[in-house]
Amino acid sequence: MIYNYRSVILVTLLNSLRKYAGGGTIIKSPSVPLGGVLLGIFLVLFSGGCTPNDPYRASEAGANTFYSTFFEPPKHLDPARAYSSEEYDFLAQIYEPPLQYHYLKRPYELIPTTIEEVPSPIYYDKNGKRLTPDSAPGKVAKAVYEIKVRKGVLYQDHPAFAKGPDGSPLYMNLTPTDLKGIDGVNGFKVKGTRELKSDDYILEIMRLADPEIESPVLPIFEKYILGLREYSEALRGDLDGIRKERRAKAGVSYNQEADEKENPIILDYQKHTLPGVERVDDHTFRIILKTKYPQFVYWLAMPFFSPVPEEARLFYKQGLLAKKNITIDRFPVGTGPYMMETFNPNMEIILSRNPNFHYEEYPKAGEDGDADKGLLKDGGGRLPFAEKLVFKLEQEVIPRWNKFLQGYYDNSGITSDSFDQAVSFSSAGEAELTDAMKERGITLQTSVRPSIYYTGFNMDDDAIGGYSPERQKLRQAVSIALDFEEYIEIFNNGRGVPAMSPIPPGIFGHSEGRDGINPYVYDWDSSKNRPVRKSLEYARKLTAEAGYPNGRDKNGRPLVLTFDNPWTGADSTPMINWYIKRMRLLGIQLENRTTDYNRFQEKMLKGNFQIFSWGWNADYPDPENFLFLLIGSNSKVRHQGENVSNYSNPEFDRLFKVMENMDSSPAREKVINEMLAIAQKDSPWVWGHHPVAFGLYHRWMSNVKPNSMANNTIKYVRIDPEIRRKLRGEWNSPNLWPLAIIAALLILGSIPAVISVRKKLGRAKR
Amino acid sequence: MLTYIIRRILYAIPIVIGVNLLTAVLFFYVNTPDDMARKILGEKNVTATQVENWKRDHGYNLPVFFNGAEEGAAKISETIFFRKSLPLLWLDFGRSDRNNIDIGGEIKTRMFPSLAISLPIFTCALVLDLFLAMMLAYYRGTYLDIWGVVLAVVLMSVSTLFYIIGGQYLLGKVLKLFPISGFDTGIDSIKFLVLPVVIGVLSSLGVGVRFYRTVFLEEINRDYVRTARAKGLGEGAVLFKHALKNAMIPILTNVVVSIPFLFYGSLIMERFFAIPGLGSFTIDAIQAQDFAIVRSMVYLGSILYIIGLILTDISYTLVDPRVRFE
Repeated sequence: MIYNYRSVILVTLLNSLRKYAGGGTIIKSPSVPLGGVLLGIFLVLFSGGCTPNDPYRASEAGANTFYSTFFEPPKHLDPARAYSSEEYDFLAQIYEPPLQYHYLKRPYELIPTTIEEVPSPIYYDKNGKRLTPDSAPGKVAKAVYEIKVRKGVLYQDHPAFAKGPDGSPLYMNLTPTDLKGIDGVNGFKVKGTRELKSDDYILEIMRLADPEIESPVLPIFEKYILGLREYSEALRGDLDGIRKERRAKAGVSYNQEADEKENPIILDYQKHTLPGVERVDDHTFRIILKTKYPQFVYWLAMPFFSPVPEEARLFYKQGLLAKKNITIDRFPVGTGPYMMETFNPNMEIILSRNPNFHYEEYPKAGEDGDADKGLLKDGGGRLPFAEKLVFKLEQEVIPRWNKFLQGYYDNSGITSDSFDQAVSFSSAGEAELTDAMKERGITLQTSVRPSIYYTGFNMDDDAIGGYSPERQKLRQAVSIALDFEEYIEIFNNGRGVPAMSPIPPGIFGHSEGRDGINPYVYDWDSSKNRPVRKSLEYARKLTAEAGYPNGRDKNGRPLVLTFDNPWTGADSTPMINWYIKRMRLLGIQLENRTTDYNRFQEKMLKGNFQIFSWGWNADYPDPENFLFLLIGSNSKVRHQGENVSNYSNPEFDRLFKVMENMDSSPAREKVINEMLAIAQKDSPWVWGHHPVAFGLYHRWMSNVKPNSMANNTIKYVRIDPEIRRKLRGEWNSPNLWPLAIIAALLILGSIPAVISVRKKLGRAKR
Repeated sequence: MLTYIIRRILYAIPIVIGVNLLTAVLFFYVNTPDDMARKILGEKNVTATQVENWKRDHGYNLPVFFNGAEEGAAKISETIFFRKSLPLLWLDFGRSDRNNIDIGGEIKTRMFPSLAISLPIFTCALVLDLFLAMMLAYYRGTYLDIWGVVLAVVLMSVSTLFYIIGGQYLLGKVLKLFPISGFDTGIDSIKFLVLPVVIGVLSSLGVGVRFYRTVFLEEINRDYVRTARAKGLGEGAVLFKHALKNAMIPILTNVVVSIPFLFYGSLIMERFFAIPGLGSFTIDAIQAQDFAIVRSMVYLGSILYIIGLILTDISYTLVDPRVRFE
């Protein structure tokens, strides 16, 4: 109806334009010239209802759609390749790895998605004899995870599954005529589906080794999955062989890129054997590790282990599709609750409910307090709740924030610019919403992210590194001087928790209270029941004991240290000045060495630095994923690992070996505490802070609970579209009167000009 | 004319090769192929083997300009520059290094949203600039001229960012007349275009009016204008029929050369208004160290510039009979 009305307006508009240009009208109607043009534009703009600033089509009002934003277009939606949160926001709604995190329970708990149960490894020694679960890692020669896939799970409808009358794939060997007018998978008329099978999980593990895919986790799994290294080397050999052959055939003018665009290389995965995966039957397979690795189950909850059907692999390996940018990197094929409807990464990404999605219920139980918060009301309800997910690209924070306030986005983070508008701190230091937010019924959810931002020392450096008591004291003094409570307050609007160790709150091994403090930087204040940073006097005393009284050596020369960072942006200069100022309190001169990202990485790789800034975001909720950042075998300089400080303490490394293979138990906690005590004394890092995420949600959203480990949480969220429609209308009715004032002022202002022109023309005539 | 155009196109060949050469020198001076590989492969768990494999797979394991290890012509052909830049000559932009998308297809897709805002801004601004400039020239020396110039200076002194944020705040948030940002296709796109177009026109008004006013004032003091007035023509006819025609050379110099760049879009406008155009394509590619996109966009830019200059020369002959293709 609205479109018809708009068409009439458009016709009026066109008639007016034509008449104005001297032509006739297209359709006979009472048109007016310029007034008609302006009126036409006005009506087109304001005919969509009483909210002309509504960025959505009128037909979308009242739909059960979740509206959100994305800041950066996702680079990859191939589950073997994607490894960033921007990509997981979409990928996790479409693909289903074997496991997922329970939405409500804390500490984080793994539950099955498409498999029967969370697999438990069976260990074998080198003679094939079965071992007990608590066997020492050294004895384990094989860890076998048997995974039983649920029956009856279907893929989303997709052209890759479409079959012709003879049962062969309908859309293989496509021609340009077949693809006329098609710019995405939804353009294909026929689609099909099929049941999820164990082969699909096996294929995905083989894809991790495919050199064309460049999976970022291949180096990790080559260490664990039996025969994966050899398998990936064999595939690499095949790829190089095919390329060499094609080059020799085509001669000097061969253009590899152009050729592979037209004729993609399809590697034969079955040509070589991968002993690390075994197919038992259609719904059972085994993953075989060559060592004990209890953290492996967490990886099974990441997209890298999502099933990919062979049909999709072959379908997307058609040059004509790649030429149209129709690839598995943009149009995933999954079994999850949603499927890709529109992929326009420069504007919007729309996911719609997968009608083939298997039965899954909203959890009936959570952690204490969830029932009181109304989080169990939907217990047993069939997922997903929202019919459609619309993500709009918003690269600038101001428009994004304003549209959230207008009700056009359902949720929002809080940037520094809008922080004071949204949040205030109570006298007890608790973050709470401002009155303006409360009036709109917006709710605030905070959660400590499983991340750490730290300032590290190069332990190989002559001036600040080393393990002597003097160097330990020097680093401890710097750790005291760099007051991260102040830092969080100034630069993060209080959104952070000062770190006592690498392990963030919520991860096993993190201790709260007196037991959890770093005794080299904090004292426990019993009266206030909280840690208190040691005084600067004490830090100066440590500096003197380290051989630098007042920051000067025995010859009176000042201690000069360098600070490497790749910071850019408005906050970088104040942050650097803060570091310099804090270090000056110890008499230490800090020289800033900000460089571009490439040079910074190069310095870290070569060990050409003294103090640096870095961060880490957990892959999974286990202390091993943080403590491995400090083991010697992971040193950046020596092993290209993630231990950027190049910290190497044999006792710490020994305890790590013990800890990584233990189940989360009091015994493991004891080992972790011993490790933390060693690291805190050596102080290879100023432990920095764990960021706290602040999320705002409109009142029409329910079942919202932050879950820092899971990415597939949108299926649990319920929207009340009716309340949203009503409130959007209330909040966005236009103010037209200022326009009338502006028009009146323009008319009044032009009167003297008109009079003057008339006079002048009159004079000229005379 | 055809000979002239062919000659200009032939002149352009060494220019575009030079531009490509310079782009490669600058790009690889800042980013080595190793840097590119590390950035594109991600920040976690990147090993030296992965970096080497990536370089080999994407053809960045070769020397940039000269391959001493090869024989004969292969010394030049087996280089990054030759392999990557040669296909650009027949407008084969290849695939992006970062996510393997077809660059030509991406340019085609993103070009139209850019045009959807740049074309109305360009047209409306030009008409308004000329009209207001002529009005000021007409009222030269009067209070209207003085205050008009003052206003133009004020308008041109304000940053574009201020116009955008202020416009979104006033018209989108306070008056709630337009969506603050967004884009759509068909007739639904109109509501998204009005605000950026109004802001785009307003932000360019000061510069345009001042420039064209100067052009018109120069013309108004010429002899032929005095002659036109002497033969009794009205001021309107003098300005619109005579002065405007003769002021066309500087106007065309300013206008025609910018027409090809309308495809390129505007970085700030498109980011703030969430327009899926080409504005941020190059900047994003530089940040992501995607040489394939950077070289394609710089190449396209140089081609468009040359087209703009040729069009300008052709347009001179259309408005000034004294100009000939010689």
